Amino acid sequence: MSEMNIVDAVNDALHLEMEKDEDVMILGEDVGENEGVFRVTEGLLEKFGEERVRDTPLAESGIVGVSIGLGLYGMKPVAEIQFMGFMWPALDQLSSHASRYRNRSQGQLNVPMVLRAPYGGGVKALEHHSESFESVLAHIPGLKVVIPSTPKDAKGLMISSIRDPDPVVFLEPKKLYRAFKQDVPDGELVEEIGEARVVKEGEDITLVGWGAMVPKMVKAADHAAKENISVEVVDLRTIYPYDEETVHDSIRKTGRLLVVQEAHRTGGFASEIIARAADKELLSLKAPPKRSTGFDVPFPLYKMEDWAIPDVDRIVKKIRRLIEW
Amino acid sequence: MDLEEHEPSSPKMHQVLDEEGELIGEEPDIEDDTLKDMYWWMFYARKADEKALKLQRQGRMGTFAPIKGQEAAQVGASTAMKDDDWFVPAFRELGAYLQRDVALEQNYKYFMGDARGNEIPGDVNNLPIAVPVSTQIPHAVGLAWGIKRDGGGKAVLTVFGDGATSEGDFHEGLNFAGVLNVPAVFFCQNNQWAISVPFEKQTNSETIAQKAHAYGFPGVFVDGNDVLAVHEVTKKALQRAREEEVPTLIEALTYRLSMHTTADDPTRYRSEEELKEWEEKDPIKRFRIYLEKKGIWTEDWQQELEKKAEDKIKEAVDAAENIEDPDPEEMFKYMFEVLPEDLKSQMEYLKRSLREKEIEEEKVEIEGGFP
Ligand SMILES: Cc1ncc(C[n+]2csc(CCOP(=O)(O)OP(=O)(O)O)c2C)c(N)n1
Ligand SMILES: [Mg+2]
Repeated sequence: MSEMNIVDAVNDALHLEMEKDEDVMILGEDVGENEGVFRVTEGLLEKFGEERVRDTPLAESGIVGVSIGLGLYGMKPVAEIQFMGFMWPALDQLSSHASRYRNRSQGQLNVPMVLRAPYGGGVKALEHHSESFESVLAHIPGLKVVIPSTPKDAKGLMISSIRDPDPVVFLEPKKLYRAFKQDVPDGELVEEIGEARVVKEGEDITLVGWGAMVPKMVKAADHAAKENISVEVVDLRTIYPYDEETVHDSIRKTGRLLVVQEAHRTGGFASEIIARAADKELLSLKAPPKRSTGFDVPFPLYKMEDWAIPDVDRIVKKIRRLIEW
Repeated sequence: MDLEEHEPSSPKMHQVLDEEGELIGEEPDIEDDTLKDMYWWMFYARKADEKALKLQRQGRMGTFAPIKGQEAAQVGASTAMKDDDWFVPAFRELGAYLQRDVALEQNYKYFMGDARGNEIPGDVNNLPIAVPVSTQIPHAVGLAWGIKRDGGGKAVLTVFGDGATSEGDFHEGLNFAGVLNVPAVFFCQNNQWAISVPFEKQTNSETIAQKAHAYGFPGVFVDGNDVLAVHEVTKKALQRAREEEVPTLIEALTYRLSMHTTADDPTRYRSEEELKEWEEKDPIKRFRIYLEKKGIWTEDWQQELEKKAEDKIKEAVDAAENIEDPDPEEMFKYMFEVLPEDLKSQMEYLKRSLREKEIEEEKVEIEGGFP
């Protein structure tokens, strides 16, 4: 065991997989010499050299397009987009190609790449450095979208993502990068992609979320407990493939659902979760499923950023409303 | 110098002053008042930038991108513009912005996380900061196309870094400009670094300027630490754009003397010697030597400027720090000309939740960089 934060944990996974498999490569802006602007790629250039750890030109579409080619050839690129807000130029490559080569080639080709990006707000960053549009990625058929919220999951899921034969977008909640440490097993650690985790068991209401919303949900659950409300908290960990079973098992137990989503409201992944619950669990629900989300506005500059993200207060109030409904 | 005759495949760097501030060739035809103005804006920008760094280090300002070292490139270019020309910036533009009528307090507000700092002053055609690298370049082409349809007589100047020339938007923008033949001037501040990535890893071209050749218009390579050379070249390119409605690419070779942003530590990737070498080539010092020889710069005048800069900076800090808190409505009110009902109800929800807030979350301060 070692005490690690999320940065350390992803870094540990990268070191381990690169030691194990010569085909694993790192590419992106400032990932080499500078070891990533958040230092997630620390020590990799020094250990594995420029053949395998490459600072690229400043071009996101290029980074993803070239990674696709490397993947088709048989390499296992782990590419970085410096901030999720700068992933947009690469969306064409992701949606037109990374996600489709297997299907287009009738199963003969595959793209075993990982695309890492820090995402989310709450860190007083400049414009375009706080986005969370994971729902856009989940909407693209053929991409897996993984979002850990703890160091242990970050390590285990990164290892699985690298080994996965298909493209995985791996989103790292930057607000949690160094927010806390956890004991993480040394060496091999595999967490399955597509499995949610029940963080906290409860009886009265199910809270579902991912990324930086997870600690907020746990805090909200603690507040609710003081009011004798027992909250079950589910960390999705992967948003696609979606672990419907874990969420619906929980809904059947509690009869109430609140989804907490940092991203904008309209068309977010919360909508998908609620649609499925309405579709399949309507009769288990004692109240209409609800969401606590960001607003349909661009993520604001930092004076207003706390307003833009669901907070414990708003979550607790939604919990009360659902209980009282 | 003649832009059309510039050698495309291996452009020679154009200079008016050498690195010691000595005149090379002819005395440029610039009025003393303009020269004084140029010096003032360079000096004021340097001081304002230094102050911003202090504010950031004291926790009074957020992440920002210092301009130190790039004053000649910025002011040389912006002083070549007319008010009704359009300025289409990236994000490291304090010098040009100040010269283009953006009050310093606006810039400070912006980097203190206040969107009101983005308001554009009345009668100057400036666009706001564009953070996603290179994305503003095609906008400049569209503006220039609009000017052309409108009968011409104006030009667009867009600025960006060396790193920006790797993005698709740069190439698409320049190609459009060549095909449409529009009055756009593309001004690259090649400060030789894109965060930690040096020029040699950004492009295998010898210069940025030569890339223009492939798009069918002139590319000029100029000493970006020589304000007179930058001014001369930009003026010609803008004039050509206004009169003939044609594009030009300018590469101004300069150096970022400070960090990429306040979240960056350049000692991780570049050498002390390189920094020293470029500190020697300080653009303000170089211009001062020239002005001193011409009898324009004196100790007394410098004292005057110091005082003026200090006063203005103090005023700007006061104004930026004492602005009233933003209203929650500000997050919504500029979304559309008419706010849809759905957004109105989101806005009401936010206001209610702030009014009725019971639980305060403890703030978690996080270390780490946010370039
Ligand atoms: C599309 C995009 N990708 C990445 C970033 C993060 N980033 C901000 S500035 C920068 C380097 C820019 O280099 P350059 O164009 O040379 O401009 P300079 O910073 O040197 O002024 C990077 C990678 C960004 N802002 N936009
Ligand atoms: Mg640069």
